[in-house]
Amino acid sequence: MSQPPPADVSPGSARTAHHARIGIVLFAIYVVLYAGFMFLAAFRPELMDTPTPFGSVNLAIMYGMGLILAALVLAVVYIFLCRMESREPREPKP
Amino acid sequence: MIYSTSPGAIAIFAFFVLSVLALSFFLGKRARSVSGYFAAHGQIPWAVNGIAFAGDYLSAASFLGICGLIAFYGYDGFLYSIGYLAGWIVALFVIAEPIKRLGKYTFADALDAKFNSRGIKLTAAISTLIVSVFYLIPQMVGAGALITPLLGLPHWMGVIMVGVTVTLIVVTAGMVSTTWVQFIKGSLLVLFCAVLTLMILNRGFHTTATNNDPANRPFRILSEAEVLATGEPVAALGEWAGRPYIRMHSPDGTITAWRKIVGPSGKYSEAQMLVNTAKGVLVNGKPQTLDNDLHSVGTLASLPDGKTDTGPLGPLSFLHTLNESTVVTWTKETIKDADGSTTTVFYQVPRKGSDLLTPGASPTFSGVRSKDPWKKLDFLSLMLALFAGTASLPHILIRYYTVKDAAAARKSTLMGIAAIGFFYILTLYLGLGAMTSGSLDPGDSNMSAPLLAKSFNPTLFAIISAIAFTTVLGTVSGLMMAGAGAVAHDLMETLFKVKMDERSKVRHAKSAAIGLGIGAMVLGILFKSLNVSFLVGWAFNIAASANLPALVMLLFWKRTTAKGISAAVFVGMLSSLTWILLSAQCFKDVYGLDPKSSPVPFSQPALVTIPLGFIVLIVVSLVTSKPRAE
Repeated sequence: MSQPPPADVSPGSARTAHHARIGIVLFAIYVVLYAGFMFLAAFRPELMDTPTPFGSVNLAIMYGMGLILAALVLAVVYIFLCRMESREPREPKP
Repeated sequence: MIYSTSPGAIAIFAFFVLSVLALSFFLGKRARSVSGYFAAHGQIPWAVNGIAFAGDYLSAASFLGICGLIAFYGYDGFLYSIGYLAGWIVALFVIAEPIKRLGKYTFADALDAKFNSRGIKLTAAISTLIVSVFYLIPQMVGAGALITPLLGLPHWMGVIMVGVTVTLIVVTAGMVSTTWVQFIKGSLLVLFCAVLTLMILNRGFHTTATNNDPANRPFRILSEAEVLATGEPVAALGEWAGRPYIRMHSPDGTITAWRKIVGPSGKYSEAQMLVNTAKGVLVNGKPQTLDNDLHSVGTLASLPDGKTDTGPLGPLSFLHTLNESTVVTWTKETIKDADGSTTTVFYQVPRKGSDLLTPGASPTFSGVRSKDPWKKLDFLSLMLALFAGTASLPHILIRYYTVKDAAAARKSTLMGIAAIGFFYILTLYLGLGAMTSGSLDPGDSNMSAPLLAKSFNPTLFAIISAIAFTTVLGTVSGLMMAGAGAVAHDLMETLFKVKMDERSKVRHAKSAAIGLGIGAMVLGILFKSLNVSFLVGWAFNIAASANLPALVMLLFWKRTTAKGISAAVFVGMLSSLTWILLSAQCFKDVYGLDPKSSPVPFSQPALVTIPLGFIVLIVVSLVTSKPRAE
């Protein structure tokens, strides 16, 4: 099996590297939210019945719907931040 | 239950299929080049691509399976909605941009962009084919299972109809027609589910059956003496001995089963019986016909404050009201008779709304309420597979090649998340609406959503049935595109060095699509009698274990080598597949063996096999990397 020398396909430009960093931070926020939900469901299921201030609907439903809405909100934030970054003048290459 | 043929559903479905085929033939000229056939020239507008993501992703398992699970077990079905949607976060934040930047037509393209390694191409193509086939089987079987109740045709005809239609869609215009089919299907699915949800909220809850189905009626709860006064008791022979049932032979020839209610009341609740004998199927002692069939179920025993009708409800008050109500759910038990026939008894289980609106009410997720740590790990492992699997599904990844650049890839993912997230929130209302609609088939949870529509009016039933059936078309065409790309682009051209010009490459891809279409039809007919809904969960486990470690490490670890990637894909695929084949779920559902004899501690492998993929990649990469120049 021939193996040519590796080409650098890691984030090529400053812009893509910046996008990747924003993505990882937002991803980490969501992982914390999702992991919190999973651990609550697995290890403290009795807490899931707690009523929330949202129409007294229980925590299980509001947390679940919250995760779906959080995905949408974080996606909007990501696209907004990427667009902001794209509009800024890029640094001249050395 | 036996369903009468719905001419409306047939007409709507035929109209949809013919329109889609006409569109495919019309678009055929746009897909003659390789880039046109595999990636629609990268010219699909991002908003269309976003809805097509929804059409690609929301399979029959999502629509019918999740609605059915929620209708029968409440919140546990919604856990799938949450996990399936969360997976899009990995797709957007980690995978979308690099996939768009690195790849051209297939998943293997992106994985191999840095190395040009035949090992990567081979393992990635095999992984694509295995994941796609696991995903394809339940879609095809689902098409067959749907066609009998919805259109009144035999199972094999449903499989052949879907197989032929999808093969024509993929062969005529590849990714161009696939995209438009998925766009139309995604739009219709989300739109009509929203309409149905508004109708559910407007109807509110009633403690009486709400539909006009003559088969629907209240089920009695009587004392033992009252039950014994209804006729002659049937002797409890074979497995019936010692079980909490009395079966009564009535003067009109029917046999009614009564199940003793757990608790001090000593009363019996009326059950329903479906008996499979060598001569045919009996319902409550008489041959199953349209007039003598299982009664539809799914009612409320009580509403808060003694109400009998709530009137229209808002989205939050709907959920809160159900939480404070008591729902009559139905469960089943199979009993072998002394004469060799098999009886399925369906019996009432009243449950508090609060019990149904928290995790753990279904057999699949009951582990979260137990003290057994392995069962909790099984739950976590499945949720991890759903989270990590989405962004590793080849038929989803190739949709990133149909838009023009990384910005369009991001925006189309946002559109996809909005459409899919909205749909998954609707599934909760559809499922709970079906649970209390008085129209459930106690023997088939997959029919819950269409039957819910039927409880409103027959036209809506026809529309929802036709949409359910066409749901299969959108997902299967995406899977076949992914498979055709893996065969023609990865295996034949790169691995086996078959010389191809533009035209012959498209021709080979079309031949591969025909082969896959025939294979899918054969598998759909072969697996007819198997409950295959769990295969989608397995596909997520295998995709996440085989593909995700390789994708993530390629992007974020500079010392990743070609051999490391090949090894990670191979080990992730093999270990997750082996684990699944040795799991308790497979022992029970596929081999028919005692699940306790399974050698693996829990059924869902992702929790073990995803980290294993990462470890293998790191170790093999370190061993095979060349010393870095100082």
